[in-house]
Amino acid sequence: MSQRVALFVTCIVDQLFPEVGLATAEVLERLGYQVDFPEDQTCCGQPAFNTGYRKEAREVACRCIEILRGAEYIVVPSGSCTSMITHHYEELFAKDPSRLEELHGLLPRVWEFSRFLLEVAKVEDLGARYDGIVTFHDSCHGLRELKIKDGPRRLLSHVRGLTLREMDLAEECCGFGGTFSVKFPGISGAMSRNKIDSILRTGADTVTGVDASCLLQLRGALSRAGLPIKTLHLAQILASQ
Amino acid sequence: MSKEHILHKTRTAIGRSAGQVPAPLDPPRIRIPEMDRETRLARFTQALENLGGVVYRASSPEDARSYAATLLQGKTAVASGAPLLAELGITALEGVCPGISDEPSLRALCASAAAGITGADYALADTGTLVLFSSPQEARMISLLPPLHLAVIRLEQILTGLDELFSLEPLPGNRSSSMVLVTGPSRTADIEQILVRGVHGPGQIHVVVV
Amino acid sequence: MPAVPEAQFRETLNNPALQSAIYSATGRLMEKRRLVVSPEALPDFQELRDCAHALKKHTLENLDYYLEQFESAVTARGGKVVWCKDAGEAVDFLTRLAKEKDAHRIVKVKSMTTEEIELNEHLEREGLEVTESDLGEFIVQLRRSRPYHIVAPALDLTRYDVAELFTRRLGVEQDDVPEHQTQTARKVLRQKFLEADIGVSGANFLIADSGAVVLVTNEGNGRMCTTLPKVHVAIAGIEKLIPRAQDLAVFLKLLGRSATGQPLTVYTSFLNGPRRPGEIDGPEEFYVLLLDNGRTRLLADREKRETLFCLRCGACLNHCPVYRKIGGHNYPWVYSGPIGAILSPQMLGIQSAPWLPFASSLCGACADVCPVKINIPKFLLQLRSEANKAAQRDGQNRLERLGFRAWAWVMRHPKIYEALGAMGSIVLSEQEPGRWLRDLPAPINIGPLRAWTSERDLPPLPPRSFRQLWRERARKRSR
Repeated sequence: MSQRVALFVTCIVDQLFPEVGLATAEVLERLGYQVDFPEDQTCCGQPAFNTGYRKEAREVACRCIEILRGAEYIVVPSGSCTSMITHHYEELFAKDPSRLEELHGLLPRVWEFSRFLLEVAKVEDLGARYDGIVTFHDSCHGLRELKIKDGPRRLLSHVRGLTLREMDLAEECCGFGGTFSVKFPGISGAMSRNKIDSILRTGADTVTGVDASCLLQLRGALSRAGLPIKTLHLAQILASQ
Repeated sequence: MSKEHILHKTRTAIGRSAGQVPAPLDPPRIRIPEMDRETRLARFTQALENLGGVVYRASSPEDARSYAATLLQGKTAVASGAPLLAELGITALEGVCPGISDEPSLRALCASAAAGITGADYALADTGTLVLFSSPQEARMISLLPPLHLAVIRLEQILTGLDELFSLEPLPGNRSSSMVLVTGPSRTADIEQILVRGVHGPGQIHVVVV
Repeated sequence: MPAVPEAQFRETLNNPALQSAIYSATGRLMEKRRLVVSPEALPDFQELRDCAHALKKHTLENLDYYLEQFESAVTARGGKVVWCKDAGEAVDFLTRLAKEKDAHRIVKVKSMTTEEIELNEHLEREGLEVTESDLGEFIVQLRRSRPYHIVAPALDLTRYDVAELFTRRLGVEQDDVPEHQTQTARKVLRQKFLEADIGVSGANFLIADSGAVVLVTNEGNGRMCTTLPKVHVAIAGIEKLIPRAQDLAVFLKLLGRSATGQPLTVYTSFLNGPRRPGEIDGPEEFYVLLLDNGRTRLLADREKRETLFCLRCGACLNHCPVYRKIGGHNYPWVYSGPIGAILSPQMLGIQSAPWLPFASSLCGACADVCPVKINIPKFLLQLRSEANKAAQRDGQNRLERLGFRAWAWVMRHPKIYEALGAMGSIVLSEQEPGRWLRDLPAPINIGPLRAWTSERDLPPLPPRSFRQLWRERARKRSR
């Protein structure tokens, strides 16, 4: 009987990058997991929380906790959505002891994708193949809240045909920041171009990361700049054969 | 009264009442490494020279005096009343004016002298710092106004660092109205982050260790 | 209600020389810091941060005690503490003091607190001559501007800007060599130091058990201003207190390194009152102005009172990708960068610049480097919520609020969410598979969508969402 994991794909993957969700599931299935997709899931509530609408965020977060009840492992292909649940739900439910208790039961079961592979599945080599020069973008929430730094690089080091090159500005914010990207488009755009320059300096043909929202920003900027550099989620590279 | 007003607002903000004992505080974090004298000197020398200062280890009192004489040759210098300076005969060197204790004269001299000569109370090895307490023997401006500062210290005055300093002097104010830590020549990087030495304080520091 | 200063942002973003100046100066400061806080250079760094955070927390939680202890200690050493509720009281005191002493010339050490209370303008209006003695502040004063950065006031200027400024305002020959420019300032300021009646400084730390003012500087102007004039006045926010002189062993190791990459600045002055009997020089009168100016209000906020831990090191500015793009003058108040973004709304009220807490991507680089571990992103998020509540009370931002109410409703109804997603993909469908959209048809190219496409391309909504594809996949597998 294979181990079951529930996939929390995140609204952005669901609606904009479904291939990331499929890749995530494929990688997990290849490792022998049975992947469930709780159909009623929508969003973790981060957009409202980040824009200062806590009541609305709380409503959506409550529902999210309910949806994720019962799953032994929940895998999330997003650093920021994972950290919304593991680091920020606490503040939303500070005045609700019963919800808080349920949250505390949930937290140890929620895993960002790359950390799940390394710390639960305890696998580094996924038998993947990807021919290309790849550079890794350290998403802010993943890096600073989930301490994701070496993990994905270790996973990528085993991908056959892949050359990993470090950006000098790997840890610099891509400029997405949720509604920041549309409230302050000039600054957000300038930050994305800074990042793209750093990517160009590596000579990479592909940029990857653990957060689809960062990839949304980077790909949008690369496309606007007419640059043929590919953006892929880590899951897509690890699923590639 | 503003004092009462501010204290009242403070107490309300933090939920305390007048006269209430403060919460207990951990003892100060003081960690003093083990370091022998020679290592202290070596560290001090490296740290200060990295900042553009000069450290001279004198082999004898005569050697110290001779170094000072060469450095100060042809220059007017103001010397503080630090006993070590007189002991080494530095205050007797040509061009050196010691023992000035009235402020206006001292000010006029310091403003025009090429060098100021002082002792120091301590030195800090890890940062290349001189520690100067002001006193009737040590006026503040001697190490401040002239463009060159010559300090003469004994080897045993070199401490490992700030922690050792504050363990020896937990209340610097008990000794003096002013304790200054001098770490290298005066500098600025306010224009394009470009380093320039010798802004208002001395641009040159020489430390002789006996 | 101040709106986002978009035009000013654009001007700064489109100025390549300014962008280069800001980026390289902050870059250099970041690199210098990195070298001296590395595990090799300072193995205790994280421990020291924790310790400093705990010390500040304790001090603020017992602030009334330390304020009184400080005053007793200052008085015992022959100094005087003046309690100032607000900027007005601080300015009034100094004005009266100057009149009393028949003082006309004041020299100043760099102090953000004095910028906060606009001291110079007020004193000059009273006919007093005030000269900034820190080179960067001297330049800013000549320019009749305000500091660009908490630690490096003239960060945005090149040597050519300085050359032009010195010629215009000091009458010297044009010279763009920083060494020479510094010598010019030195000559001008030396006279000012020697002639000044009153020296005014801020304080990096106030030491409760000693009644001391601690100043850290590099140029020597701090020492000049607190040694030569007969009167020394230090103006400091009440949050500058630390309990013991010995606690400097923690704080001094963090401040210089975080600010400029220096284990210690050139001069650290521990000033404990007027000169003692027998001492030859030093001020004859010593005043410390304890400034509230809204700090007690911040103190009352249990969570955000951490804002008051700030050492004014400027590290958060240097590491902030937003500051590094818009620079210091695009912030609404004297405190810029991430600390300014949480301090200004709390000191001036959220209405002073309701957009400010939103002008951040929440990357967290600031919190990573703060020597006293202020959780800036957390407070930005709280301030955003407060801004929205204030907007709601004032009947503003109705559309956005409505939008999020609708969003929350949709997110709680998965079938509706899915239906809307499907509809959206019809409207924003791919013309060419994988091709992103440069812009959108006119009627929908508004608001957030327009803001997005102004800077980058938009992804087309894929014809089928993940959940649809998942269902198909499951169906295929069950056959």
